[in-house]
Amino acid sequence: MTTTTTEATHKATISSLYARNARSVVARGLKATKSTNWVIVLSGFFEPVFFLLAMGLGLGTFIGDVELPNGTSVSYAAFIAPALLAVSAMNGAVYDSTWNVFFKMHFGKLYDGMLATSLGPLDVAFGEITYALLRGGVYAIGFLTVMQVMGLNLAWTAALAIPAVLLVAFGFASVGMAVTSYMKTFQQMDWINFVMLPMFLFSATFYPITVYPGWIQGLIKALPLWHAVELVRGLTLGVLDGSMLTHVAYFVVMIGLGLAFTTVRLRALFLD
Amino acid sequence: MTTTLPEVATAAAARPRRFGAWYIAEHQLRGMKAYGWTIVVGSVGNPLLYLLGIGLGLAAFLDQPIASGADGLVDYVWFVAPALLATAAVTVAMDEFTFVIMAGFKWRRIFWGMNASPIAPPQVAAGLVISVVLRMLFTCTVYYLLILAFGAVGDPLTGALMPLVGVLGGLAFGLPLMAFSARLTEDKGQFALVNRFIFTPLFLFSGTFFPLATLPTWLQWIGWISPIWHASEIGRTLSYGSPPGAWPVGWHLAILVVLAVVGWVLARRAFVRRLRAG
Amino acid sequence: MTAPVIAAHGLTKRFGDFTAVDGIDFEVPPGESFGLLGPNGAGKSTTMRMVGAVSQRTAGDLTVLGLDPDSHGPEIRSLLGVVPQEDNLDTELRVRDNLIVYGRYFGIPRSVCATRADELLGFAQLEEKRNAKVDDLSGGMKRRLTIARALINEPRILMLDEPTTGLDPQARHVLWDRLFRLKERGTTLVLTTHYMDEAEQLCDRLVVVDKGKIMAEGSPSALIRQYSTREVVELRFGSERNADAAAQMAGLVERIEVLPDRVLLYAQDGEAVLERVTHLGLHPTTSLVRRSSLEDVFLRLTGRSLIE
Repeated sequence: MTTTTTEATHKATISSLYARNARSVVARGLKATKSTNWVIVLSGFFEPVFFLLAMGLGLGTFIGDVELPNGTSVSYAAFIAPALLAVSAMNGAVYDSTWNVFFKMHFGKLYDGMLATSLGPLDVAFGEITYALLRGGVYAIGFLTVMQVMGLNLAWTAALAIPAVLLVAFGFASVGMAVTSYMKTFQQMDWINFVMLPMFLFSATFYPITVYPGWIQGLIKALPLWHAVELVRGLTLGVLDGSMLTHVAYFVVMIGLGLAFTTVRLRALFLD
Repeated sequence: MTTTLPEVATAAAARPRRFGAWYIAEHQLRGMKAYGWTIVVGSVGNPLLYLLGIGLGLAAFLDQPIASGADGLVDYVWFVAPALLATAAVTVAMDEFTFVIMAGFKWRRIFWGMNASPIAPPQVAAGLVISVVLRMLFTCTVYYLLILAFGAVGDPLTGALMPLVGVLGGLAFGLPLMAFSARLTEDKGQFALVNRFIFTPLFLFSGTFFPLATLPTWLQWIGWISPIWHASEIGRTLSYGSPPGAWPVGWHLAILVVLAVVGWVLARRAFVRRLRAG
Repeated sequence: MTAPVIAAHGLTKRFGDFTAVDGIDFEVPPGESFGLLGPNGAGKSTTMRMVGAVSQRTAGDLTVLGLDPDSHGPEIRSLLGVVPQEDNLDTELRVRDNLIVYGRYFGIPRSVCATRADELLGFAQLEEKRNAKVDDLSGGMKRRLTIARALINEPRILMLDEPTTGLDPQARHVLWDRLFRLKERGTTLVLTTHYMDEAEQLCDRLVVVDKGKIMAEGSPSALIRQYSTREVVELRFGSERNADAAAQMAGLVERIEVLPDRVLLYAQDGEAVLERVTHLGLHPTTSLVRRSSLEDVFLRLTGRSLIE
């Protein structure tokens, strides 16, 4: 008996959070993109390309080939390109789920309007995440095309980098959304950068983590970006082994926890 | 003894006429206190991370020495440190001369409050610049102390001028940007575009991580117009001397000064026009 | 007779082909509460900006505190207090710090700023909010804080541009009370408004402005006496029937105004007129007899309603 009651209440709260209409939020995002800021959205594609040109080609001349753990060696550009793809997936997802949401929440007052309709907060959350993923997917296809042209995709599995990037972006976005729910000022938002920068610099992005002592390596391996980089890199270089499943599992868990966390937060913010 | 109103007014306006810019700077610094911790943590954290990640981490991975100074080859960390410091100053400019300016005119509207006081528009602009210079100086000085701690400088004494060069580089980038921002009446994402198509390329293609000459010639012009490159080259000369064939330091300095002065003239004019329009 | 603190003669401001202020003349003696009444876009705010020495006049003469704003802007502004139409408080500073920082713009020493800030917080009834964030204040509180801020330099003239626009009725009354106290203390007030009740409450004398020109000048009661009758009868017959009814009532009073939603009959004795309307066999859906107001003066002068 007790179980049924709790289940019923649980369902009730979920349905008051979620009206199964996230697609209307996505549609709004697409419309807004089309009518106002498509240049800016498009410009996001160039960021990793600039990094690839500067670091891959410029710095690459001093680095030569990188030897992979399995003994094969690849050009420096081929080594960092997948990492840049993973980083841009992280940046895009984090930006969309933190700054963008924060701004809409506190300044645009966009969500107040949405929530005054039949939409629930979870519709808004799913809608925003889906929109962010669509955008991330388009960037990923663009960047992979650049890599293809430059001859940096070394195996057919590179095509699988697209779903991999979406998985990574989903993971970061679901956690980012929950974190943003705690934020009240711009100053607090700045702290997000303090978490992102070390991940960006140390997660095997520009060089293998074997240059570090063991305990630092352990620390890095606990962070999501390292898993993202290794996953995407394995796919574009065609170096596949069992560890790929670990990386995927890491993000599946991250998505699960992130969504649960976000739901709890939304319930606290909008229903209590 | 009678005091006429014009006499009273003249006496009251004497201090604002002389110190107005400093009062504005005082206000801005007070405002920065709200995000003081972010500034401090950023000023210490960013250099620490970049020097570790790039200066040491990436250096360990390089096959061959990248750069040389007056006395031959130099450590990679010596080479990147001045560029990282200059970039930090430019990043502060990117922060303070974009949204802060837009907010002052449009969102927080505090420039209009300043405008109603005895302080004149050029003083408002100057006051903002003073406060940003102080913030840059803080950031660059902390950067230099960490560079010292990392042993990332050839001559610590001449190198001590690096923070000043950083500030000059920051102004050479920031003052033209300030002029641009002061003319914007609506935020249509222009700053995001500035960030992506001006700041990021300048950061990446300014001989920051490898000598500019390594780039194909058709990309080198980015460095030539980049305050980051000029400030980095001056910083490198101060640290370990310039290698034969490098541009004379005077040229780098002159370009930075010209950019800053032209930027200031335009920014000042933009402020006067906007605050005195109508 | 003391010299005026503001004197404008033929004051003109043009933006390209558009003339915002078209050769207006007025003087404000010290201690007076002077109002500019007119609809949006009449040129009130432009006039205020010229008096506030932040906008150059195109033609005419203007002296403020005996000085020319073109050459002595900082001198004039150091003795003015300005309350702008849109609040521009610093939302990143706390309530009390807003006053102190603003005082510093006038070169007032920090300790003096602090003392005055505390006094002014009392005056603005914001003592309990001294350490609050500006964003947490209500609209009325923000307005009072802006007024307190404008008083930090002990100005000779306090200029208020639409001081109560956007406030709820209760907040307006609190604000009027504060301004009335300032008036009693002898502060010169210059204010613009498009609310006639506000002008009646606060102004000793006012000018009615429309399309950059001064249409009339005087105390509120004198203007009403000169341009309107003692009473007004407001009748509503329904929007289609107003014009017909007005035609039938034409002989009853000296002046009739037909507005889209009602008919106004101007008379000395409203009740008597209303009785005669009923005798004509007309039955308005609503009727109201009231005293004439500045709204009626404005309607008479311009043929238009003040709030559109």
